[in-house]
This record gives sequence, structure tokens and C-alpha cells, in this order.
Amino acid sequence: MHVVSPIREKLVLNGKSYHDITEDISRHVEGKPTKEWKIAFGISVLVLLYGTAWVCWTWWEGLGVWGLNKTVGWAWDITNFVWWVGIGHAGTLISAVLLLFRQKWRTSINRAAEAMTIFAVICAASFIVMHMGRPWLAYFALPLPNTFGSLWVNFNSPLVWDVFAISTYFSVSCLFWYIGMIPDLATIRDRATGMRKKVYGALALGWTGGAKSWARYEDISLILAGLSTPLVLSVHTIVSFDFATSVIPGWHTTIFPPYFVAGAIFSGFAMVQNLMLVTRVVYKLEDYVTLDHISLMNKIITLTGSVVGIAYITEFFIAAYSGVEYEKYAFINRATGPLWWSYAAMMTCNVLSPQVFWFEKVRRNIVVSFVMAVIVNIGMWFERFVIIVTSLHRDYLPSSWTYFTPRLGDISDYIFSFGFFFTAFFLFSKFLPVINMAEVKSVLKSSSEKYPEKVKKKA
Amino acid sequence: MADNKYLVGVFDDEDEVLHAVGEVRHSGVKIHEVYTPFAIHGLDRALGYDRPRMGIAAFLFGITGTCCVLLLTFWTMGIDWPINIGGKNFFPWPTNVPILFEGTVLLASFGMAFTFFVMEGMGPTAKPVIFDVRSTDDKFIIAIDLSKNKLSETEISGILKDSGASEVNVKEV
Repeated sequence: MHVVSPIREKLVLNGKSYHDITEDISRHVEGKPTKEWKIAFGISVLVLLYGTAWVCWTWWEGLGVWGLNKTVGWAWDITNFVWWVGIGHAGTLISAVLLLFRQKWRTSINRAAEAMTIFAVICAASFIVMHMGRPWLAYFALPLPNTFGSLWVNFNSPLVWDVFAISTYFSVSCLFWYIGMIPDLATIRDRATGMRKKVYGALALGWTGGAKSWARYEDISLILAGLSTPLVLSVHTIVSFDFATSVIPGWHTTIFPPYFVAGAIFSGFAMVQNLMLVTRVVYKLEDYVTLDHISLMNKIITLTGSVVGIAYITEFFIAAYSGVEYEKYAFINRATGPLWWSYAAMMTCNVLSPQVFWFEKVRRNIVVSFVMAVIVNIGMWFERFVIIVTSLHRDYLPSSWTYFTPRLGDISDYIFSFGFFFTAFFLFSKFLPVINMAEVKSVLKSSSEKYPEKVKKKA
Repeated sequence: MADNKYLVGVFDDEDEVLHAVGEVRHSGVKIHEVYTPFAIHGLDRALGYDRPRMGIAAFLFGITGTCCVLLLTFWTMGIDWPINIGGKNFFPWPTNVPILFEGTVLLASFGMAFTFFVMEGMGPTAKPVIFDVRSTDDKFIIAIDLSKNKLSETEISGILKDSGASEVNVKEV
């Protein structure tokens, strides 16, 4: 048995038994959707429809519906892409990296976080397809023979690496998520009757929970975690290469890979925090996602927020130290130029505000945690906006200097991604178990209020 | 498995079942399989199973992925359609590292997962034998194939009860 120090906070509260866990989680899959769910789902579908109409219009009319101009050729689209990919990273981080570090508290949040990863990556990819303008030519990004109409892709290009990185990341995340869900799908199958038994039975792929299966299952989970950890780091590293391998001052920096990865973890944890804070209240999961979980997530948010803070300062120092006039100007312009307000938003939201979490009372306050998580994600959106737009809008030729103003097309296409993300997340939370029942059961004995007592008495 | 008679010992606690597996095996009873709602560490060792070797599958598929991607990039960029970019190498290997890595991870994970499904006979149409539906909820069960054991049904039932089973049922499959 796994032995946990008695001074550690309990992961499962109120003396839940194994059966209680099954009931508490499966109930939401088996029951009729609640009124709140229907309303929330309805709103997100409406948002999705509005966004879809705009995306179609973007393709029909062309990228002129965005506020891009000759100087600023990348703006909201790539900002949104990097933002969503970054958010996606938290799921893999929670399920893979925390698995390797044997952090048992991951068990109650990993399922929802992984689902979030998958939906966030789809949102991110949608901006790439939007930016293509002619999505029917998306296959040009794949290594297809020249007879298909294009040359072989250039494997030296970070944009091609990105295609491979994002698609591999998406596929492996789906696999990891699904394999993690198989035992829980079997639980639902064994409780169900009729049509539901057939559907969940097919999804559970005939899982029985035999000791041999579990041994192999644990083995592949560990190896998948070992493969996903470098994968998740590689994905955001490659996303940062999109900028770092260019020769634009403000983009061409060696600090980008670690800085982007830290930022990804930062915003991803904030998004998980937002989703879990809502889910735990709506689904009454307060005994599984406890204040301690929230506090632990806030600690990671503070840590990664400070890491990006150091990266911001380092960038400034290196620009000054390099002695390169253009490099220096790019950073001075970033902080004091016409887009200073976005730089200020980034600094306050990402670096200063998470410092409130040094106080335990604040870390364990649900309202503050929720608001802070939203602020962090606003800050991280501005970080990408600052990097992309402020580096571009004043280029080498002062005659082409310009300002970027978003148009309705930029905003609506961004709204599309929210519509998709929440629609997908609501569907997930209704039809699939939001908490990994099998893993929570496995930590129950070592980390709940009830069981250690029982073991103590026996001993 | 036509008309095989199984004895199903139901346990309420993970440590009890782990302990019971040792006792049952010690008394010379062959265990068909133990079914649990979650992974119990050390259960496979208590049952005398070999260490799982899924890593070998992952390695073999991974190395296949590396080779395939290397072949693709080398052939397209170096042989089929070399592009002169400022007189640089047609095939600069460092720029291929990211794609080699992604290909390796992709094939390793999917190859390993499908190996697992094949080894376990899993699939959407699989018809699993479920000895007790509660084994995916809160019960831990030991299934014993009577036809493969010399001891009688009552004797084995007694051993299971003595080792802490809360119920012992008979199941024919």
C-alpha cells in the first residue's frame, strides 16, 4: 500500500467509499441533463453558430475581414493560436508530468484537464486553417508527392515542424485521454442497461479489470507519460521556433523555448482552474476537487508566472546588452510605444497579480482564484499579442510604420473558438466521466479521512 | 470457454484481496484471474505474473518511426527534389530533429497502444467475461476455474472464506 504522511492534506474528503465515488461521478453521465447544463450548453451552441458563420464569411470574403495590413501580417489569428496551444499544455502537464513525479493530487483533475487539452488544440488548429484563407489547400502542409500540385514541403521550416508537432500532440493526447478513460467507461457499462450498455460497452473495448490487464495498463500509462512529457515540451518549443528562427527583432531570441513553455503551463493551469472551479460546484464535486487542489494549482500559477516575469526582464536586459540598435528599439517600443497599454496589461496580469498567491488565505479563496485565473489568461493573451504585434508594427522602414486595430472579423473568429471550446467541454462533461474514478479510488485508502483510521485500528 | 464452472470470491478491500491471493495460492489453488476496480500495486507479483514488457513494443515502434521519417526527409530533400537554399546542404540533419522526434513519439505511442489492445483482445466488439459487475465499482474478486483445480468446490470455497472473502459465488461461463 502507498503510505502517505498523516500531516498531508486529504485528497478525498467526507469519508467517501469506493462505491460513493462511482455514484458521484457516474450519476452525471447517467442522469438527464440538468437545467443549468441545458442553458449553458444552449448559450455555447449559439456562440458557436455565430462564430461558425463568421469563419465561413472569413473564407468566403478573404482575410480582408481581419484588421491585418501590409506591415502587421500576423495579429489576432496567431495570437489566438499560440494562446490556445499554450492552454492545451496544462492537460498533458497534469496527467503526464505529475504522474512521473508521483503527484497523487492530479487524479481528480487530470481527466477534465486532458479533455481541455484536446479541445484547446482543436481551437488552436482552427486559427491556422482560418489563416490559410483557402482551407481546401490545407493539404499543401503535408508531405505529399509533387504530383499533387505542390513541391515537397520544406523540412527545414519551423512552420512544417509545427504541423508535425501539433498533429502528433493532438493524436497522442487523444490516445492518452482515451486509454485513461477505458476503466471508467467499463464502470459505466457495468452499471447500465439497454442502449447505454451497448454504447459504453463498445467504448470500453471489453475492459474487465483483470490483474494482468492492469499491470500492462499501468505500464503503458507510465510509458505514455514518459513519451508525452518531452512531446509537450517540444510542441511549445516548436511553436516558439516559428518566431525565434525568424530575423525580426523582438522575435529572434534564444530565450523563447523555455519562456513559451513556462507561459503555456501558466495559462493552461489558469484555464484548468476556471473549468474545475465551475465543474466542482455544478457537479457537487467539492469532496474530490478540494481547496487543497485549488491551492496547489495556485502555487504552480505563481511559480510559472514568476518564471515568465523573469523571462520578460531577461529579454530587456539582453536587448540592451546586445548593443543592436534595432533590438533595443523593439523592446523600448514594446514598453513605451503606441501599444504600451498591451505591454502594461501583460506585466500586471502575468507578473504582478499572481503574487497575491503568496498568502495562503488568498490561495484557498475560491472567488479570488477564479478571478485570478481569468486575469492570468487575459495577461497571457496579451503576452502573445505584445510579442507578435509590437515586434511587427514598427519595422525597418519608418514609412511603413503603422498601428493595428482589430476589426469585427478578428473578434468574431476569436469568439468562434470559445463557442467550440465550451460546446465541446459541456458535451464531454455530460457524456463522459469528468473525474478519473479508477485513479481516485486508488488513492482513496492512503489519502482520505476514513481509511487511514481503519488501517491504524487493524495494525 | 463452454460451460466452465468458476468460483468467484468477493472481497471488500484492496489489502485483503492482496493478502488473500497469497493465501489462496499458498494452499495450492490455481487462480484464473483477479478483477479489481483499480490497479493494485504488487498484485501482479503476488499472482506470479512476469513484469509487463510494453516498453519493448514502444521501443520497436519508436525506432521504426524514426527510420521512416528519416527515410522520408532524406529522400524528399536530398534525392527526389533537392532545393538549393543559399548553397547550404541539401539535407542538414539538425533541422530534421524535431520531425524525427515527433515521428518517433507518434509511432511509439500508437504502436504500443495497439499492441496492448491486441494482446488483451480488446476492441469495440469484444465480448468480455464479467464474473461480477461490481468488480468495476467497489468489489475485488478472485475467479477460480474449478476444472483446473484438483480441490473440490467446498474446499476452495472454504479457503476463500478463510482468507477474508465476504461472499463466494458460483458462475458458469
